[in-house]
Formats: sequence, structure tokens, C-alpha cells
Amino acid sequence: MSQILVEALAKTYRVAERAPGLSGALSGLVRRRWREVHALAGVSFSLEAGELLAFIGPNGAGKSTTVKILSGILRPTSGRVEVGGLVPYEDRIRHVARIGVVFGQRSQLWWDLPVLDGFDLLADIYRVEPARYRKRRDELVSMLRLEPLLAQPVRQLSLGQRMRAEFAAALLHDPQILFLDEPTIGLDAPSKLAVREFVRRLNREQGVTVLLTTHDMHDVEALAERVIVIGHGRVLTDSPFASLRSGVFAERRLHVDFAGPAPEITMPGVTVRSRDEGSLELAFNPADIPAPQLIAAITAQHAVDDIHVDEVAIEEVIARFYDLHDAREA
Amino acid sequence: MNALALYGRYVVASLRAQAQYPTATLMLILGQCAATSIEILGVYALFSRFGSVGGWKFGEAALFYALVNITFSLADLLTRGFEVFGTDFVRTGAFDRVLLRPRAAALQLAGYEVRLSRLGRMMQAVAVLVIATRLAPIHWDAATVAMALWAITGGVAMFCGILVLQATMAFWTVESLEVANVLTYGGVQAAQYPLNIYATWFRRLLTFGVPLACVAYYPVLVILNRPDPLGAPDWLLPFTPLAGFAFLTLSFLAWRAGMARYASTGS
Repeated sequence: MSQILVEALAKTYRVAERAPGLSGALSGLVRRRWREVHALAGVSFSLEAGELLAFIGPNGAGKSTTVKILSGILRPTSGRVEVGGLVPYEDRIRHVARIGVVFGQRSQLWWDLPVLDGFDLLADIYRVEPARYRKRRDELVSMLRLEPLLAQPVRQLSLGQRMRAEFAAALLHDPQILFLDEPTIGLDAPSKLAVREFVRRLNREQGVTVLLTTHDMHDVEALAERVIVIGHGRVLTDSPFASLRSGVFAERRLHVDFAGPAPEITMPGVTVRSRDEGSLELAFNPADIPAPQLIAAITAQHAVDDIHVDEVAIEEVIARFYDLHDAREA
Repeated sequence: MNALALYGRYVVASLRAQAQYPTATLMLILGQCAATSIEILGVYALFSRFGSVGGWKFGEAALFYALVNITFSLADLLTRGFEVFGTDFVRTGAFDRVLLRPRAAALQLAGYEVRLSRLGRMMQAVAVLVIATRLAPIHWDAATVAMALWAITGGVAMFCGILVLQATMAFWTVESLEVANVLTYGGVQAAQYPLNIYATWFRRLLTFGVPLACVAYYPVLVILNRPDPLGAPDWLLPFTPLAGFAFLTLSFLAWRAGMARYASTGS
């Protein structure tokens, strides 16, 4: 049976509309006009234990609403959710004891307390037995290199250090399911890499099921085998990451530095994306013309200094995908 | 770990956090003490001008004052999380984090912050209690001390109930909730004076609506061994603090309705 099961999930908010200005505020007190917002309009998917799924979509697509329902904070308007056999919003306390959640934008540690004190308090909140807690804590401290930070108040940590502490805090009770909501937002490059490496180990070595939402496509590229793209409250695609790329954007790029001035290139299936004095960036589709054939054709006619093939940047793939589905934020 | 022990751990954590800023904490305590002491001067000015009000002398009025202020300072110490619930939890989204922990939300809010600065009000109230004991015919024995503690317990429950109601309103509106201060600070002001000096409708409000009289006025009558000038039966007076617990229970029922609403609206 699936560890996470989501069927026909819908969530409709009623939002009070208010005319601007003082008179609008006053009339809003007397008679409110409501507008319905369909944050989710029938989302279904399931997740097996040990999977790592990235959940992506433009702002306002319904990602956070889904994560909030899955973590028991929100009750859906209709549809069915089961996580490890429990309905999150019916059985909040039992459910949240079994999951871990990390918000990139929000801390769950105590600002003025040393990191270690916060961990101790969480162990009591989650009713972790002392012996198990010490073992788990020591394991996480060494994996996340937290030893030098334990005595420092959280407010003195850098963002990167704090995120490492947040991960430990979310995992002290040894949850088998982890929800990550934009875990790398605002981090510098080494910290991002450290977070990705940690999540990968957690998933591969300890079998923790991970559901990740992010806007950083490098997170997705580095971590997820499976990607769900959500837009306008619906699942636009649910596929392996590789096929998302090839399905949307088969196109590749060829960068060529010529020995002399860049020539005109006219070949079927090849377009010039940009040119400068001695170089060209060409776009081609490997199905029409394979890379070796294209390179051979160019080097046969022109003197070339350097040449390399690129895939389209993942951001561009996703932006194109949103456009195809008219899913960009209004 | 059971809820009470966990609450103890929250309290210790909060005290350790405040101990990070010892000077500021001390100054806040002294500031509270000075600011709230102004009120007893007002009561004194009134009684020194008129001698007695509604049949009460200053020493007796000082007992009303001391008891309600001790009660409120304790409640104020315990309910910071509810007081700032709308601004610091609902509006900022921090309440989601509370819901992600496998404990009752009310327990986590109660343990959110134990404000030492509130001891300032308690310090001056205890000083006034000493003055009242010297001026008024109060005999502290096991029975009257027990009555005082019972009244304080019921009163803390009632003020906590008001704060829980204030927090509950935040589920429906994020507008300013200053209106609740009418009940808390205004309630303390009202209960500092004996009930019989007030108009009938206001006495009824303080007895049956927000039952401040039940946790302050009637118990003090028992301690002073005075019959109620308004004619409430003597046997009933020692039971009146129960009203505080009833009020708190009703407040938590409203709170649960608010929680259910939050789960369906998310804001």
C-alpha cells in the first residue's frame, strides 16, 4: 500500500473582497463580498515508502496548500488523503508525531536558546525516550557537523548553519516521512550542496520518504527521480525528471568558437540563437540532427577553436513548460 | 513526558531565554512595579478625601486591590502566548509550526513565554497586602489563607479564560484586539473596588457575565468575615470562585471552535 495517498483533493478558500480606501473598509464591515478561490481543483497522486518526490509549480499553484493538508494543518474541501494509514487532519497529533517538516522560510527552533537546549525540548515534545534521543541526536550532529554550534543561541547562527540545525530538529524523532518546503531558499552555494547531500543520504541510506517543494531547479535536478508539476490547482504532469526535460524541450545547444569571424550557418533543424564576433550559439534538436553529425559538418567547413554541447538550462525548461500549460501566475 | 512536566520544561526554557538579557529583565520588573503602583495611590487619594466609600475603609479596599492584582499578575505571567496569538502566531503563520508538533496547541501557547516582568505588579500587590493586613481587621488563619488561595486560583482561571477568548477572536479577525483589554485591565480596575459601590447593571455584569466579583469581591467578604451588603447568602460565598473555572471551560469550548475554523480556512 502507498505511504502517501492523495485522491481528488480540492480546496476552495473564500476570500473577502474589499474596495480600496476608508469607505471600502467601512462598507466591508457591513456587507462582505466573497470570492471563491480554488487553490486545489482535484489533485491525485501516491507515493511509495522511500520515494523522493519534488513538487514544483509557479507561485500560487497550490503547492503549499497541498503540503499543509498533508501535514494536518488544513482540512480539504473535498477529496481523500491518507499518510501512513492516518488521515492527517482527522488525527493531527498522532500524524505529526510521525512526520518531519522543514520550512526554509520559518524556524522551528527557539531564537534565544542554545541549539542543544532546543533539541532537548523537542525530544520532550515528541516523547522520544532519552536513550534513543541521545543516539539519534549524536548521529544527526555528526552527519550535519553541528558539534561546534550546539552551545550557541540560534539567533547567532548564519542561515546556512541554522538550516542544518533545522534539519536535525525535524528529524530527532526519527520520522519516516519528511516534508521539505523550499529548504534551500536564500542559502549560499556550499550550504545548498550540503543540504542536498544530506537529503540524498537520508533518502538513500535511511529510506526516508521525502516530499520536496522548491523553486530551485538544481534541487530537483540533484535530488528527485520523480517530479510533479502543479499549476492552477491541478497536476500538470507526474513523471520521471529526465522525461520531463525531453518531453518539453528536446532542444540542445551547441557553442562554437571559430578561429576567424563567425560564419553564417544554414542547415535544416539548426537555428542561430546568438552570435558575437568569433562565436555562435546554435539550437538543434538531436532527433533531426545528431550532435556528432552537426559538429562534423561544422568542423569540415570552418576552422574551429573550441566547441561544446549544452542542455537547455532547467529553469528554461520549466518556464517553457509553464507557458505551454498557461500556468504562470496571473 | 506528560503535559504538566512538559509545561515545566517550557517554563524553564523561557526563563533561560530571558536570563540572556538579565539587566533588561530586571529593569522591566522594576518598571512594571512602578507603573502599576500608581493605581494604589489613586485608591488612597480617593479614600483619604472621603474617609470611607460605600461603607468600606481604605484598609479593606486595599485587600480587594491586593488580591485582584496578585491574581491578575499570575494570569498575565502565564498567558503571553494567548495575548500575542493574533499578531505573533496567526498573522505570521507561526501557528502552523505549533500545529506541526504532536501536542495540544493550547499547551504550547501557554508555555510560549513566562514573562518575568509581570512579577513587578505582583511585588507591589504583595506590599499592598501587607499594608491591608496592618490597617484592616483581617485574621490570617488556615481558613482565611485557604480562602485567599482558592480565590486566587479561581481568579487566575477567569483571567486566563479572558485571554483565551481574546486569542480565539484572532481565528475570525486579524483586526486589533484592544477590545479584550477592556476586560483584562479594565476588569482589574473595576475589581479593585468593592462591588457594592457600582450600579446594579454593572454589578450583574461582574457577577454573571464576566464573573470577576466571584473571584475577588465575594471571597474577600469571607476573609473579612463580613456579610454581603447586597444580601448574597453567606453559605454561597466560599463557592463563588468556581465561576472562574466555569468561565475558563467555556472559553476553551470557543477555542476549539476556532481551531476547527482555522483548519478549514488556514488564516
